[in-house]
Amino acid sequence: MTEDTKMGGPAGKFPATRLSAVLAARSDDPAERSRALEAIAAAYWKPIYKYLRIRWGKSNEDAKDLTQDFFAKLFEKDYLDDFDPAKARLRTFLRICADRFVANEAKAAKRLKRGGGATHLSLDFDAAENELQRAEPLAQLTASPESVDDFLEKEFIRSLFGLAVDQLRSECESRGKQIHFRLFEIYDLEGDGASNASYAELAKEFRIAPTDVTNYLAFARREFRRIALERLREMTASEEEFRREARALLGVIPE
Amino acid sequence: MNWLSDEAIARLQTASALPDLAGTRYRLVERIGSGGMGTVYLAEDSTLGRRVALKILDLPELRTELSERLLREAHILARLEHPGIVPVHDVGTLADGRVFYAMKFVEGERLDALAKRIGAIHERLRIFQRICEAVAFAHARGILHRDLKPENIMVGPFGEVLLMDWGVAKILREDAAPREVHASIGVETSRNAPTVTKPLKTEHGTILGTPGYMAPEQARGEIEGLDERADIYSLGAILKFLVASKKFDAPQGSDMGGIGTKTAWSTTTAPAPKAVAAIAQKAMAEEPAHRYASVSDLAQDVARYLDGAPVSAYPENVFQKAARWATRYRVAIGLVLAYLIVRALLLFWLKR
Repeated sequence: MTEDTKMGGPAGKFPATRLSAVLAARSDDPAERSRALEAIAAAYWKPIYKYLRIRWGKSNEDAKDLTQDFFAKLFEKDYLDDFDPAKARLRTFLRICADRFVANEAKAAKRLKRGGGATHLSLDFDAAENELQRAEPLAQLTASPESVDDFLEKEFIRSLFGLAVDQLRSECESRGKQIHFRLFEIYDLEGDGASNASYAELAKEFRIAPTDVTNYLAFARREFRRIALERLREMTASEEEFRREARALLGVIPE
Repeated sequence: MNWLSDEAIARLQTASALPDLAGTRYRLVERIGSGGMGTVYLAEDSTLGRRVALKILDLPELRTELSERLLREAHILARLEHPGIVPVHDVGTLADGRVFYAMKFVEGERLDALAKRIGAIHERLRIFQRICEAVAFAHARGILHRDLKPENIMVGPFGEVLLMDWGVAKILREDAAPREVHASIGVETSRNAPTVTKPLKTEHGTILGTPGYMAPEQARGEIEGLDERADIYSLGAILKFLVASKKFDAPQGSDMGGIGTKTAWSTTTAPAPKAVAAIAQKAMAEEPAHRYASVSDLAQDVARYLDGAPVSAYPENVFQKAARWATRYRVAIGLVLAYLIVRALLLFWLKR
């Protein structure tokens, strides 16, 4: 039986204060477990796909199959039971798991029939592949183990921010705050930042007061930050890990 | 999900990291620095039209150890009204859930950087005396700083000294503890101002402080037994830093030895006077019982050195006493000698 699972779905699957998906993935409740693993896969499938393409030099098709298989195995087996947040970050753990997974696949030189009896994720590989084409040259990304880790971290942030933007868009639409989101999009997502229209121009375009532009933008940024941190909290197992990861996510580096 | 460019991610990180000051009286100016507890920003207080420094947690954390610590620091600062301790103006929670407090914006330079520009030992010691005054005041109010080091001391353009970063301060006496009713202790509070809900108890074995400036008992995590002498150790380490750091020639005639001015430096290293080295050594004794009993005692020894008087930490022999006496009264001795020479010359000339 094939079970399609939507990734990165709309908001509302989780309560406002999200619990750790890493901990929930170890739950005895199959529904909670599945929901938690979906959240993890939503944030990590793209980084893992790109990692397999870059680090392991897999072809587009092989990387797709391996990514599907990897997350299917993650769902079926208790990989995350071995994860210790005190020893490593989740993405480092997943990378090591992916390395082992690929090595085992190569060693066995035989591949299970894709999808046969396994959980099948609905993943937009074309989008991931397009994103990869925009990345830095492969030689730079694989120059050292550190550069691979940096790449994975950057892709994780990109994936998590992307999910947060999607959720923000969805929430703004459902609350009738489309202008809020559009201003956020113009100012923080599009273009190079330098060529953005002035607040006065935007106020004229959207027929609102210039002070509203400030307030709307502040609202959208505040909500984005809240959503991103909630999503991050799902990906961490302890308060200390969350705090550490959040500082990295927001680019806050202690001096 | 649309692809986010690296530039968009950077903008989102910047936008997310900046504090949301909507609904407050503050307008963000710039980021000053960041540490373990949070980030300090320069902001404009639009109500009073003055610049303030906002210390803000990096994450929305209510009722966590970090938020309790920040609030506790604000409340401790509010109780320590002294020219040498940075005053706190306001405390509250931002719209994005981050706890903050507003304090005086200190325009100065950190002591560790400034020390490289102060030439004369006497000028360094006068700064050290002002540090001692502020620490002594805190001790009199029952509060230990526990993280005294040059990086936590700011020196203003007029030589004023301000002790910063009271985040790991320890309250020695209950009468000094922050009260739950924040309004009663003189802190102007913002809307949604959080309160300190419980005294922050540092677990035995927890090490808070900075290696090199931390008393041995503090480094061992003996939190319960810590007293004023832990800060005295740190002061000894600061004194040692001040007299041992490289000496740079300051402009002549400058009271502050070139504070706030750029000057040509020479990099000669002057040995610390033995008496001052002995004062630092006594303050940094391994056993707390062998240190100065109070910061005032330490400051008095430094004052005695500056006055040319004997210091308690350094027993002198006869020659050293004579040399010190000669140095102390060098002007008077010079005048007497000059008088005697002139008189001798006059007598010699008259007899001819």
